[in-house]
Amino acid sequence: MGMSNYRIHGATGEWEVVIGLEVHAQITTQSKLFSGAATAFGAEPNSQVSLVDAAMPGMLPVPNRECIRQGVRTGMAVGAQINKYSRFDRKNYFYADLPQGYQISQLYHPIVGEGEIEVILDDKDPEGSTKTIGIERIHVEQDAGKLMHDQHPTMSYVDLNRSGVALMEIVSRPDMRSPVEAGAYLSKLRTILRYVGSCDGNMDQGSMRADVNVSVRRPGEPLGTRTETKNVNSVRFVMAVVESEARRQVDLIEDGGRVVQETRLYDPDKNETRSMRSKEDAHDYRYFPDPDLLPLVLDDAFLDECRASLPELPDAKRHRYETVLGLSAYAAGVLTADVESARWFEVLVSEAAAKAGKSEADLAKQASNWLISELFGALNKAGKELSDSPVSPAAGAELLALIADGTISGSIAKQVLEKMLETGDSAAAIVEREGLKQTSDTGVIEAVVAKILADNADKVEQYKAGKEALFGFFVGQTMKAMQGKANPGMVNELLKKALG
Amino acid sequence: MTDLTDLGVAALRDGIAGGDFTAVEAAEAFNANIAAAGVLNAFIVATPEHALESARKVDADRAAGKTLGKLAGVPIGMKDLFATKGVQTTAASHILEGFTPEYESTVSQKLWDAGAGMLGKLNLDQFAMGSSNETSYFGNVISPWRRCDGGNAAMAPGGSSGGSSAAVSARLCPAATGTDTGGSIRQPAAFTGISGIKPTYGRCSRWGIVAFASSLDQAGPMARDVRDCAIMLEAMAGFDPKDTTSLDLSVPAWEAGLNANLKGKKVGIPREYRVEGLDADVAKSWDDGVAWLKDAGAEVIDISLPHTKYALPAYYIIAPAEASSNLARYDGVRYGLRDLPDGANLQDMYAATRAAGFGAEVKRRILIGTYVLSAGFYDAYYTQAQKVRTLISHDFKNAFTECDVILAPTTPTGAFGLGEMVSDPLAMYLNDVFAVPASLAGLPAMSVPAGLNREGLPLGLQIVGRPFDEQGVLNAGLAIEQRAGFTARPGKWW
Repeated sequence: MGMSNYRIHGATGEWEVVIGLEVHAQITTQSKLFSGAATAFGAEPNSQVSLVDAAMPGMLPVPNRECIRQGVRTGMAVGAQINKYSRFDRKNYFYADLPQGYQISQLYHPIVGEGEIEVILDDKDPEGSTKTIGIERIHVEQDAGKLMHDQHPTMSYVDLNRSGVALMEIVSRPDMRSPVEAGAYLSKLRTILRYVGSCDGNMDQGSMRADVNVSVRRPGEPLGTRTETKNVNSVRFVMAVVESEARRQVDLIEDGGRVVQETRLYDPDKNETRSMRSKEDAHDYRYFPDPDLLPLVLDDAFLDECRASLPELPDAKRHRYETVLGLSAYAAGVLTADVESARWFEVLVSEAAAKAGKSEADLAKQASNWLISELFGALNKAGKELSDSPVSPAAGAELLALIADGTISGSIAKQVLEKMLETGDSAAAIVEREGLKQTSDTGVIEAVVAKILADNADKVEQYKAGKEALFGFFVGQTMKAMQGKANPGMVNELLKKALG
Repeated sequence: MTDLTDLGVAALRDGIAGGDFTAVEAAEAFNANIAAAGVLNAFIVATPEHALESARKVDADRAAGKTLGKLAGVPIGMKDLFATKGVQTTAASHILEGFTPEYESTVSQKLWDAGAGMLGKLNLDQFAMGSSNETSYFGNVISPWRRCDGGNAAMAPGGSSGGSSAAVSARLCPAATGTDTGGSIRQPAAFTGISGIKPTYGRCSRWGIVAFASSLDQAGPMARDVRDCAIMLEAMAGFDPKDTTSLDLSVPAWEAGLNANLKGKKVGIPREYRVEGLDADVAKSWDDGVAWLKDAGAEVIDISLPHTKYALPAYYIIAPAEASSNLARYDGVRYGLRDLPDGANLQDMYAATRAAGFGAEVKRRILIGTYVLSAGFYDAYYTQAQKVRTLISHDFKNAFTECDVILAPTTPTGAFGLGEMVSDPLAMYLNDVFAVPASLAGLPAMSVPAGLNREGLPLGLQIVGRPFDEQGVLNAGLAIEQRAGFTARPGKWW
């Protein structure tokens, strides 16, 4: 475990920064935490509001089993203790986007207790730079609605579509010590949630947002006073908040000031945080157990089902890619960083192996190289996500199989991929249509080799005199003469024979 | 021909089914009584058409030979705490004045499904907070009862289900729904010489009932006798997946199970309820009750409920705490009253709306509840009160190892006059001292009329049973009813 030596260099010396994150993740479900209303993003204002969500008189919450299940699965995925007994509490405050006048949350008895996440601090060195970040708890709670201030000159409108949507609040321990660690933690958490399927991780749509707790201290000294910057909605911004807020605190202390415990907001345009409210005017939330809801008691069968339904998680997958499939640590890290790329990769390998009649381990490296350097590169150039790729894993597998069985060479494959991305046609169809099949006909290749050697008699002399580097030149000339369609292995073999 | 409004639920049901009279005739008779009893102020809104429409349907169904529901043709009163689709639902508050739900509470829907019709929405203490029906925004309900001193002082019908109690005892409806949080069915029933039962917490769905204190609120019927209560409760009770605190149990056939023979049953008399200075008439009616139950074959034993004296203070922490949160939704944003002074911001709107929309007693309880939940006081009040609540449940649990039901007075006194207690909220709260423990423990409890006190006003006896044992409670109530011979009714002065 690497110790961070990230330091803020102040006028009076060095400062260490201490960071904890509270991440709010919207649970991926069809309906809300306590009502049957839908949760789709981007719907017309107030079109997904039930009587419960609008807090009509006499309405009662009924917990949505799927939300509880996803909370439990998430807890299991971070190795956390699952509390078989948990309870919902009311957090009371008045605001126009909070119809009940309270948020149903879990303060006293959360559903998930302590767990941890291992993060990689340097993608280039996945083995040598890991750190374990503790998770204090995960609880399930309702989201509030949204105020719209741009609909009317003097009034604000309320959209209750989000009111009652299920959130997980994932609270870390104050274990992070640098912007990189905070960023890596949030990324890794997002990866895990997407693997588990409990949150889509769409930070730009507000599905995931972080409250960033930052304090500074002299190395080795007790914790300083922290501030909490609310609703930060990207990994980059979280890192920026840590940096700017830590710097602000150091400057403040060094100027003789004192950090006050307060809630702050981040302004990405100015890259600074500003005060929202201080502890003195903080709400007294008057938490108490929600009397409309019985305690949540989970039985073993439910927990067993949750556990059995968990997919292979990113750390296990990365380990398997390295040990079983023989990928480099870097490639395994890249491919497992998102559930979509891992899924893509696995379909690609299994289909390609089946088509080529080889084992997955035989094809994994080739597939991983092709995916990372060819497809990712091409998609990146086109500004597309893997999920929008015009080439499916099965189509990619067909292309790989054509390379593996010698039908086309690697360099021809690049051209084929370009055509596939353009036209959506299959690799085989393109190869057929464009006549890109590679030649393994000994006679044909021998004839070309003979001609190349004859045309370059001087170079043959030099080669034979010991300038062995010229071998590559002969290979290149042969391939060029055959428009890349010669089987490279055979070209090598026949050239060696011909050159004696 | 008999006056149909003298008939109770069973007699109306049977008479309509047997063709002695039509459901429309019954509805018309009660509608007429209601129209002539405006001075009692028992209804916030009368809905004669609703009653007639259901009645017409029942008559048509009967003519067509269809199977009739368990309450076919019986018109009833609905406490205005139950949301009724298309009919104003106010909880007797200004803040919900004019609020017309687009949904029907589970309990009222079950009653309509059983063939009952609605005569109107009954007055109550505002948000069910009160014991005299003097906190309603729509004015006091006046009890049909008067003291036998020849005076005409207006008497309290009890609360919070005061409109229900007054209407049933004045023959404005054969039965009514009530809700009981800390005695709101039993105390008004006792004050007006009728019967009322609060079932085990969770028997009746709370869905669609304006919430006062969620962990205590329970709906139940108020009617002229025990059988009618049993019939009504059968229609009202039942599991509701929309209320997670509702009991997932089938509804027993309480009416068919009625049996006043208490041979082999043990009745507990809690010594802690025999407080010093207990009203002599109340003490006598309690002794009468003991004798009646012995006569019915029961064995009567002394029991102890040692934490009784802490029940009322605990109740007045827990109920306001929950209320302070439950009533936060009345904020002027989405429905109900909105008071938006010129230039007001959101906070100003909240303050103005809630200041204008809530009455003094509701505000008092919101303030108490907010206080006991606030940081620094929570453990001393709320947590402590919850511990007391647990101890009170244990008291009952222990007692029920020795006895089957518990007998006690429903109230420490008979009805008081309107205005006599308003300046002393604590004295008012004390009126529920015998009712509150069963509420805290979630137990079934009922009040049946036992006799009249020296002022000529009714007194009730309370029977408390084990969880889910409404049958035992109803049977003991029936045994008392058969022996008390309570036939007194208020003279019609209105």
